[in-house]
Amino acid sequence: MTGLFSEVFLSALLFGAVTAAIPLLLAGLGEQMSEKAGVLNIGIEGMMLAGAYLGFVGAFYSGSLWLGFLTGAAGGMAVALIMALLCVRIGLNQIVIGIALTLGLEGLTALLHHFQFSRSYPRLPAADATVIPLLSDIPVIGPAFFKHHLIVYLAVALVFAMGYLYRRTQLGLNLQAAGDKPAALDVAGIDVIRTRTIAVLSTGALAGLGGAYLANVGAGLFIPFITNGAGFLGIVLAMLARGRPVWVLFGALLFGVCLSLTTAMQVAGINIPTDVIQMLPFLAVMIMLVLFGRRASLPAALGIPYERGAR
Amino acid sequence: MSSLSSSPVDISDIVALEGVTKRFPGIVANDSIGLSIRPGEVHVLLGENGAGKSTLIGMLSGLQQPDEGRILVDGKPTPITSPRHALALGIGTVFQHMMLVPTLTVAENLLLGGPWWQRPRTEELEARVAEITRSLGITVKLHARVSELSLGEQQQVEILRAMVRNSRLLILDESTSMLTPKGIDELGALMRRLVEQGLAIVFITHKLREAAAFGDRISVLKLGRKVGEIPPERFRALGEQEIISEIVELMFGKQKDDPEAVERSAHAVDAQAAPLLKVTDLTVAPTDNAPGLSSISFDIRPGEILGIAGIDGNGQKQLAEALAGQRVATGGSVRLEGAAIETLSVGERRQRGLRYLTDDRLGEGTVGTFPVSINFFLKQVGAAPFWRGGVEQRAEIDKRAAELVREYDVRTPSLKTPVARLSGGNIQKVLLARELAEGAKVVIFNKPTYGLDLANTLASRQRIRDTAARGLAVLLISTDLEELLSMCDRIAVIANGALVGTVDNADDARTRVGRLMIGLAA
Repeated sequence: MTGLFSEVFLSALLFGAVTAAIPLLLAGLGEQMSEKAGVLNIGIEGMMLAGAYLGFVGAFYSGSLWLGFLTGAAGGMAVALIMALLCVRIGLNQIVIGIALTLGLEGLTALLHHFQFSRSYPRLPAADATVIPLLSDIPVIGPAFFKHHLIVYLAVALVFAMGYLYRRTQLGLNLQAAGDKPAALDVAGIDVIRTRTIAVLSTGALAGLGGAYLANVGAGLFIPFITNGAGFLGIVLAMLARGRPVWVLFGALLFGVCLSLTTAMQVAGINIPTDVIQMLPFLAVMIMLVLFGRRASLPAALGIPYERGAR
Repeated sequence: MSSLSSSPVDISDIVALEGVTKRFPGIVANDSIGLSIRPGEVHVLLGENGAGKSTLIGMLSGLQQPDEGRILVDGKPTPITSPRHALALGIGTVFQHMMLVPTLTVAENLLLGGPWWQRPRTEELEARVAEITRSLGITVKLHARVSELSLGEQQQVEILRAMVRNSRLLILDESTSMLTPKGIDELGALMRRLVEQGLAIVFITHKLREAAAFGDRISVLKLGRKVGEIPPERFRALGEQEIISEIVELMFGKQKDDPEAVERSAHAVDAQAAPLLKVTDLTVAPTDNAPGLSSISFDIRPGEILGIAGIDGNGQKQLAEALAGQRVATGGSVRLEGAAIETLSVGERRQRGLRYLTDDRLGEGTVGTFPVSINFFLKQVGAAPFWRGGVEQRAEIDKRAAELVREYDVRTPSLKTPVARLSGGNIQKVLLARELAEGAKVVIFNKPTYGLDLANTLASRQRIRDTAARGLAVLLISTDLEELLSMCDRIAVIANGALVGTVDNADDARTRVGRLMIGLAA
């Protein structure tokens, strides 16, 4: 046992877990918002890819990670705008459009990357870590949780901000009503289409940001289909979290640990085929679905386009 | 006096309708309706299903726009463009189907609709609610989740919501349909207190007793038209019995120029003949969204047409499906020519000669994307001579289908046309052809002319009469009283899943059935 439980191994594992968890967290929070408002957003993988590509391009040419996050979020939102127009305003099938967006963006981002960078994969410099004083000195936990890029802490803060939004604000009420009983929201004088559009666009921004983090901080480069199912894991997280942002955070960390094991075990020199380890997050998904999926309560109007006066 | 024309606009009207017409594909839901709605009055809109009450509400609450005519608010013509606009004009609606978010609390539901950037003003709401509930004498659990409330409590929340938003006109759409008798009385008392505070109320119902008990002014709707109005002066002058008989006359009275009127040719049913269908104590357990049946008994002799009258949704469909074998009966017996069939499957019952024409022609009766020809034989799929060894015998099917198309006058471009492309009347002919084919002995018709135009209605009725004349037993379920009166030998009335009376179709049948339908003794 060459230090499977050594400090270095554990802190590397947990550090990797957090890095891997942030895109899942952002995607999960975004998906949660769409689903709360009654839109099943299967296109989130495509939004993440758009965010990853545009985020990388933004950061690569400007030299600023923050500008990269901004262009990434804008890219995710642009894809979300298509989704909002087709699925919310026109009322097309959310699953079909979602799959089309994901597949379309997979191809489009690969193509654009090829045009822009040919066959090279330029890297970004490593992201600056914001080291939290004192806390970062704790053994194992310190280096694992308190030496990350500032955006990581902001993402965690967002979890609580979202909790406040859902529980304490008018917009939170409207979002929930749009998903549970849109007709009631409509007769209360609030535009259901507008409410759902706000939710889908926010999802796009969060997913795009998640994608940008994945490329710019997690990997430091863009490769085609870099998201590798992170958006779909976000959908699972949103379904399991039953409307609670904090549960998305826990779920994202759990999946993050699974993803991080892949690299950590290689570092530790344990000889398990990487393909087996890469299956871990998806195995975890299935186990969690079996354990908790039955009790997952989804909004009553999820996936159903709203049409005034329809019965 | 009861005026048929639209009432003249009065300054005191909060809302007035002038010649409002609304059409949907195939039907005129509202035909040039005039109404005046005044503060301090409960204005009852009375009418059967399909009378156009809900469409009228849709237009007042901003969900739908009239095709013709105009709506005046405070005397000014005002198109009500959206639910938000209706609320801003002071029109609050309590819909037939609850419009509360079940996962939110009462307070959250009341706060729904505020500007989205604001924090919900809970304290303000609590004070306002306390004030309103005190003056109305109701109690509301503000912090309970809506899904935990009874339907009556939910309705009070909806009324409260309208009050919190300073509504001047409160519309209650079929609000008593889901309430207990006690809940109905409480609602009546609450409405009285509200109009005393100067509110205007539009109360929609199909129950005559409620109209007489709670109303100040009654407008009667029938098939989209306003057929009469009883103003408050007259309301006060008449006794309850006189009002009721006047409304019965308005609702069920025969119109002189009714094109559907056909004199029923009396044909003798052999009273001595053994019944073809004998149903005894048929019982079906209720489900979440449908009433059950409680000990239904009747019999039908050869050549006889027994009608089932009643307001829609009182167990008609359950009765038809239980007889056809599509719904599990929890008790009772069904005998066809003396043999018990209640344990047989749908297919076996059909084999024995029991046929069911569903009212859901496209959903349940046919497969819309299949060609007309196949739809004739949907219930014989796999059976010779149209299928042999599991293989479709195209020539055999087309030959027989062509005969049926001719015999039943199905207007179709070709045998291969998907049946859903035909008009409702022609789809009905396909169903008739299928169900009346060889071996039929007892036929159940569920709303056979619902949604059909006049020509097809008359053709379908003639087909049903011919069926009985051939010596078959016919059960005719319909919500159209005229239809039953023009066709049946006897008419039974169903209410809440039970037969509340059976009436011979004699001269006084109209009044007697009408009274049974609205919950009075025949």
